[in-house]
Amino acid sequence: MGETMAERKTRHVGLFVTCLVDLFRPSVGFAAVKLLEDAGCTVEVPRQSCCGQPAFNSGDRATSREIAAQVIDAFAPFDFVVAPSGSCAGMLKIHYPELFRGDPNWQPRADRFAAKTHELLSFLFHVCGVRAVAARLAATATYHDSCSGLRELGLRSEPRALLGTVAGLKLAEMHDANVCCGFGGTFCVKYPDISNAIVAKKAANIAATGASLLLAGDLGCLMNMAGKLQRDGSAIAARHVAEVLAGMTDEPAIGAPHAPSGPAP
Amino acid sequence: MTEGTSQTAAAAAPLGIAKAATHSASTQCFKGNAKAALGDRDLQNALKFVEVNFIARRQEVADRLPEFEALRDAARDIKDHTLAYLDLYLEAYERRMTEQGGNVHYAVTAEDARNIILDICRKLGARAVTKGKSMVAEEIGLNDFLDANGIAAVETDLGEYIIQLRHEMPSHIIAPAVHLTKAQIEGDFRRAHSDLPRERNLEEPTSLLAEARSVLREKFLAADVGITGANFLVAETGSSVIVTNEGNGDLTATLPRAHIVLASIEKVVPTLEDLAQLLRVLARSATGQEMSVYTTLTTGPRRAGDLDGPAEYHVVLLDNGRSAMLGGEFRDMLRCIRCGACMNHCPVYHAVGGHAYGWVYPGPMGAVLTPALIGIDQARDLPNASTFCGRCEEVCPVRIPLPKMMRSWREREFERHLSPAAARWGLAFWAFFAKRARLYRFATAVAARLMALAARGRGRFRHLPLASGWTRHRDFAAPQGATFQSQWQARRGAARGNADPPGEQGARP
Amino acid sequence: MTARDLVLATVRRSLGVAGTEAPRRAAVAARLADHPTGVVPARGRLAPAARIDLFARMVEGAAGTVECIAEPSAIPQAVAAFLRRHNLALAVRHGDDPRLAALPWERGPLEVRRGASDGNDLAAVSHAFAAVAETGTVVLVSGADNPTTLNFLPDVHIVVVDAADVAGDFESVMARLRERFGPGALPRTVNMITGPSRSADIEQTLILGAHGPRKLHVILAGSH
Repeated sequence: MGETMAERKTRHVGLFVTCLVDLFRPSVGFAAVKLLEDAGCTVEVPRQSCCGQPAFNSGDRATSREIAAQVIDAFAPFDFVVAPSGSCAGMLKIHYPELFRGDPNWQPRADRFAAKTHELLSFLFHVCGVRAVAARLAATATYHDSCSGLRELGLRSEPRALLGTVAGLKLAEMHDANVCCGFGGTFCVKYPDISNAIVAKKAANIAATGASLLLAGDLGCLMNMAGKLQRDGSAIAARHVAEVLAGMTDEPAIGAPHAPSGPAP
Repeated sequence: MTEGTSQTAAAAAPLGIAKAATHSASTQCFKGNAKAALGDRDLQNALKFVEVNFIARRQEVADRLPEFEALRDAARDIKDHTLAYLDLYLEAYERRMTEQGGNVHYAVTAEDARNIILDICRKLGARAVTKGKSMVAEEIGLNDFLDANGIAAVETDLGEYIIQLRHEMPSHIIAPAVHLTKAQIEGDFRRAHSDLPRERNLEEPTSLLAEARSVLREKFLAADVGITGANFLVAETGSSVIVTNEGNGDLTATLPRAHIVLASIEKVVPTLEDLAQLLRVLARSATGQEMSVYTTLTTGPRRAGDLDGPAEYHVVLLDNGRSAMLGGEFRDMLRCIRCGACMNHCPVYHAVGGHAYGWVYPGPMGAVLTPALIGIDQARDLPNASTFCGRCEEVCPVRIPLPKMMRSWREREFERHLSPAAARWGLAFWAFFAKRARLYRFATAVAARLMALAARGRGRFRHLPLASGWTRHRDFAAPQGATFQSQWQARRGAARGNADPPGEQGARP
Repeated sequence: MTARDLVLATVRRSLGVAGTEAPRRAAVAARLADHPTGVVPARGRLAPAARIDLFARMVEGAAGTVECIAEPSAIPQAVAAFLRRHNLALAVRHGDDPRLAALPWERGPLEVRRGASDGNDLAAVSHAFAAVAETGTVVLVSGADNPTTLNFLPDVHIVVVDAADVAGDFESVMARLRERFGPGALPRTVNMITGPSRSADIEQTLILGAHGPRKLHVILAGSH
């Protein structure tokens, strides 16, 4: 599905960076920008806060709608809205239209917005036709399927396909890769012991692969799993899949100390 | 009394019956229950079985049937159709089953149902009752009620029998004793069957089963009345359907003088063909079998010329809040065919088991149904104890959007201020900023810097005051330092002009 | 207002209907009269030979056993052989089903009793109304011909199925039930049985013979 140079038209993308990436790990955002620009897109980043999931999943529909309206407005100028997160993309794509169902003014806007919104890897693979990346990384990695990306957006083969083209990278599938990591947004702080039980199983599955690197497409999941691995004393590093695909792995891994000498795994 | 609700009132008023009976529900103690469950080694071992076996078996049997997904759609559509015409199908069912010699009794509340059943038993002079597995019977607290009124009701499903000995609720709607070990069951049998020789060997599951078989065989033969639930009620023929693997339901229904069926109103399906569709997804979703061993259609009492069968057949149709659910956001929950697939696939259920949910219905379906039946104020945690991973919806044979419904309960709790104050304040604080993107951008830039500084290059926190729930078990990654947006503004803002949205506020909905 | 009135009224109020609307009544009447068929798996639509084959495999997959007896007169001996193989007493009970009554039981070593089970029978023989190949299910109807208690009380249940009565799918059997008993009418009990009784309630260990028969043996009559 690749395009010739002549066919390729410039896609104007508004990057929905996501609040977690924005606050905790901007390198993911920059990796996303690189991947998008390499795929021939122009990228801009309108002022933004959050997709509104915390309010939405806490039952505060009014706040969710306010935030959603702002997001829809902020991204109005763009042909595409791309987010490096399955859960945020799911919120924008699946739940924004739900929020405005029956609203004669906002429903059509939300529908149009949803139609042009994509998760990052899905966008690269299906819209831009990207089938390979030029990155290289000598490591064995295992990939976790974040729930929203998998079940709301059908994202499963795309990350693996693209990771498969990273020179030197071996992928080891973990047992129950598609089972929840226990993050669940507010769940992990409302029910920390249950969340811990779930992430403990996930950490064991990760460790059993023998991989030195954990990858996923959602920073919330990654912070949860990385935090558990680190507390367990594991040396397994965690990164967002975009960082590896963009060849931008110089930054310390998630939760890793700032090493003065050389890049972290 | 059911709160009859108009469609507009339904939005504001609590759904369903205020006081559903029963075993003291401990739905208010979810967190405490969960904590105990997490530390219960026997339970954790038992739950591993659930996680591994049920999931694999369902997948295997689904893979063997190319039409499985189409059947799920058909099952959903049949239920939706029936619910849209439930009043007429109930009337049709009633008409037909009465023609066949059955007796229908409508029960508005759990209390009504208990009284109707007691009345039937009393009129028959019943002393001994056998019971097939029925979640509705658990819902109305039937056994304790009959017991208090001098009627001994013995559960005959092996799992239910065991938990009856232990005075426990079922922990799973298909495998009620799934939380127990063989050793625990042996202990229960030795305690309860005290007339049997003490030195007998109960090491093997086969000997436990053999003992249950012989103990219960006597009960089957001695029962005056047999009470079963119903997986389905078929309007076309006026039949009730039970689905078992043990055969206990059939012995309960066939041997005594009277057979009482306790069924909730949403069990009705229109025709035998509709039944076939639902049967094709039920056992596969529940236990990974192509068919359960015994699927039985029962229609009326014994006929002239029959050599066996009960002389009387009664069906108690229970509402207990379901009619009110029809009019609102939880209507799709009435599609549920009680297969248990949702809880079999739920990571929260795998962690804490069924008793943590505190009442008859555990797991995702319990998280949606329990508040509808006993009130959300009694079951606040249930719809919140979910990561919304979506596996439940993925496997539900009738495609109930369970996470969406749990979210609807959260909305109700939010509207009614039922969530804990700290959570509301936290959310309000966050929302204040999230709604004001410029302020948010500024505040987060500050927060990111401060947190990065506090981490002192270690990259993570082992303790974080406002996030102790997290850091109790996990490290918390520190921010890289400068937010993405501040870096973007710095790098690109000057060069390309800051991409502010045209018209900052936008139209508010 | 009776409980019935109250329940139906609440249902109607929730649905936003009066209950008297003609289109709704027509829709329900139509579905009940037409009983449309839904999704039937391809495996339920095999040709007769393949169908019998599938039926046998499915019965065995459900821990039942199957044997084919071309000549019905050989059935009593087959029953005796089965009981002998499993070290069981050579005694059976069966109902008034004329197809069973017509068999030459007197030729064999079996002690035969008639009627419903008294709870002491170790082995019973029933004649199935039909069978369903897609799942290996035998279908039995209540009545003096094949009393229901024979299906559940004995330790061993032997079910004779005429090969011609093996349907591919459930829908075919339902159609036959309608033909036999009249539209909308069924006998007191229709048992759809797939294998012997079982339970996995003790540590998920699968054990046969929970409350119903420990063994289910199907004799496919009139096939090879």
